[in-house]
Amino acid sequence: MSVHKTFATSKRVLGQLRHDRRTLALIFIVPPVLLIILKYVFQGESKVFNSIAPMLLGIFPMIMMFLITSIVTLRERSSGTLNRLMTMPISKSDLIFGYAIAFCLLGLVQVLISGGVMLGLLHVTVLGGTLATMIIAVLSAFLGTSLGLLTSAFARSEFQAVQFLPAFIFPQLLVCGLFITRIDMAKLLQWFSDIMPLTYSVDAMKQVTLYSSWNDNLIRDLIVVAGFAIVALILGSATIRRQE
Amino acid sequence: MEYAVKIKNLSITLGKDFKVLKNINFELPVGKTIGFIGPSGAGKTTLIRGIVGSLRISSGDIEVFGLPAGSVTLREQVSYMTQELSVYPDLTVKENLKYFITMVGNNKVSDDMLIKLLDLVDMTKKSGSLVSELSTGQKQRVSLAVALIGSPKLMVLDEPTVGLDPVLREKLWRLFTDLSNKGTTLIISSHSMDEAIRCDDLVLVRDGQLLAHNSPNELLQTTGSKTIEECFLKLVGDSE
Repeated sequence: MSVHKTFATSKRVLGQLRHDRRTLALIFIVPPVLLIILKYVFQGESKVFNSIAPMLLGIFPMIMMFLITSIVTLRERSSGTLNRLMTMPISKSDLIFGYAIAFCLLGLVQVLISGGVMLGLLHVTVLGGTLATMIIAVLSAFLGTSLGLLTSAFARSEFQAVQFLPAFIFPQLLVCGLFITRIDMAKLLQWFSDIMPLTYSVDAMKQVTLYSSWNDNLIRDLIVVAGFAIVALILGSATIRRQE
Repeated sequence: MEYAVKIKNLSITLGKDFKVLKNINFELPVGKTIGFIGPSGAGKTTLIRGIVGSLRISSGDIEVFGLPAGSVTLREQVSYMTQELSVYPDLTVKENLKYFITMVGNNKVSDDMLIKLLDLVDMTKKSGSLVSELSTGQKQRVSLAVALIGSPKLMVLDEPTVGLDPVLREKLWRLFTDLSNKGTTLIISSHSMDEAIRCDDLVLVRDGQLLAHNSPNELLQTTGSKTIEECFLKLVGDSE
C-alpha cells in the first residue's frame, strides 16, 4: 500500500465532487434544513426534539455517505476506470482507503455544519459534549462509506444502487430505536436490530445525549460501529477484482 | 527473436458456455506495431484483456515478456487503453493526467511531464477543461495520454483511433511509429481495415478464431489481394 497513492485517490475523489457543486450543496445544506424543520414539527415538545435530533445527526451522514459512495464507486466500476487502474501498479487498499478518507472528510464537514446548527442554533443539549457527538457522527459517515463501497459491487446500474438504500438502510432505520425503544419491539426485530450497525450508532448518540462521561455502553457502541465499518471495507475491497 | 507476447492454445469462455476465443496461438515480437484486426464481436477486446491480465483464461497460456499475463511486475511495463472512456469525466484533463501519473508510480508530477503528454495528444489548449465538456475524439485523446504515461514497454490500445478526424489519426499513427522505433511494442485493435496497412504485423481474428498472423505485405502476397479488406474476405472464405 502506498500513502502517496491513497492520498492521491482521496484528492481525486474530492476533486470530482468539487466540480459538482450542486451535490456538495445538497450534502451540506439538506441535513441542517431537515433538523430545523424537525425543530418546528416538535414545536411544543422540545424534550422529544432534544432526544431525536442527536440520533439524526448520526443517521444523516451514514445515509448520505452510503448513497454517494455506492454511486461514485459504481461509476468507477462501470466506466472502465477501475479496470484501467487494476492494470496499474497500485494495490486495492490504495483505492479503498483513498475513498474512505475522502468520504470521511466529507462526512466531517457535513457533521460540523449540521452539529453547529443543532447545538448552536437549535440549542439541543448534549451532556456528553461536542467532541463525542462529532466522533460518533464521523464514525457513522465511515460506516455509510464502507457499506456503500460493499453494496456497489452488487449493483449493475445507478437505479439499483439507489434501491439499496431502502433495501439495506431503511430496515435498520426502522429497528434502530429511533421511533420506539428497542425493548418494546417484537423479539424477532430486537434480534435483528442487535446485529445491525445503525442500532449502535443511534445508541451511541443516545448515550452521549444523556450522560456527561464516556460509559461502557458508549465505548461498546463505538467499537461495534468501527468494527462493522472495517469489516465492510475489507469485504468491499474483496469485491474489487483484477481478473474477471 | 525476443517476444513481447506469446500465446499458446488460448481459449476464453465467458459466462457458462460462451466461447469467445478458441485455441489461439501466436507470438508477437518486441518493438513492433501489431494490429488486431477483425469485425466487431470478433474477440479482439477479449484477447486484449487476456494480454493485460484483466480476464481469467479458460485454458492455454499468455506470456508477456516471459511472465504470465497480469503478473505484478508487468503492471509497470504494460499500459492499457480500454475501449470505454476510462478517464474521469468530472475532472479536468490536467487533473486526470496528474492522478494517473501518480498511480503509475511517480510521486512528483512535474510540469514537463504534463506538457509533454498534453502535446503528444494535442490537448494543451484544453488542459483546464472538464473531460465531460470535450468532444468524443478529445476524450479519446485524454484516454490515450493516460496510456502514454510512464514510457511502458508494451502499450495495448483498444480502438484508439475511433471517432478521430483524419488529420489527428495521421498524427497519432506517426506517434505510434515513433514509439515503435524507440522499442515500444504496440498492440492496436481496430475494425478499420485501412488502418491495418500501417502496422508491422497483423493478427486477423473472426468469431474468436485466428484467421492469420503475418506482416501486411506477406498477407497481401500470399492471398493475392490488393487490400487488407480483400485479403480478410479471402481468408474468411477459405476458413468456411
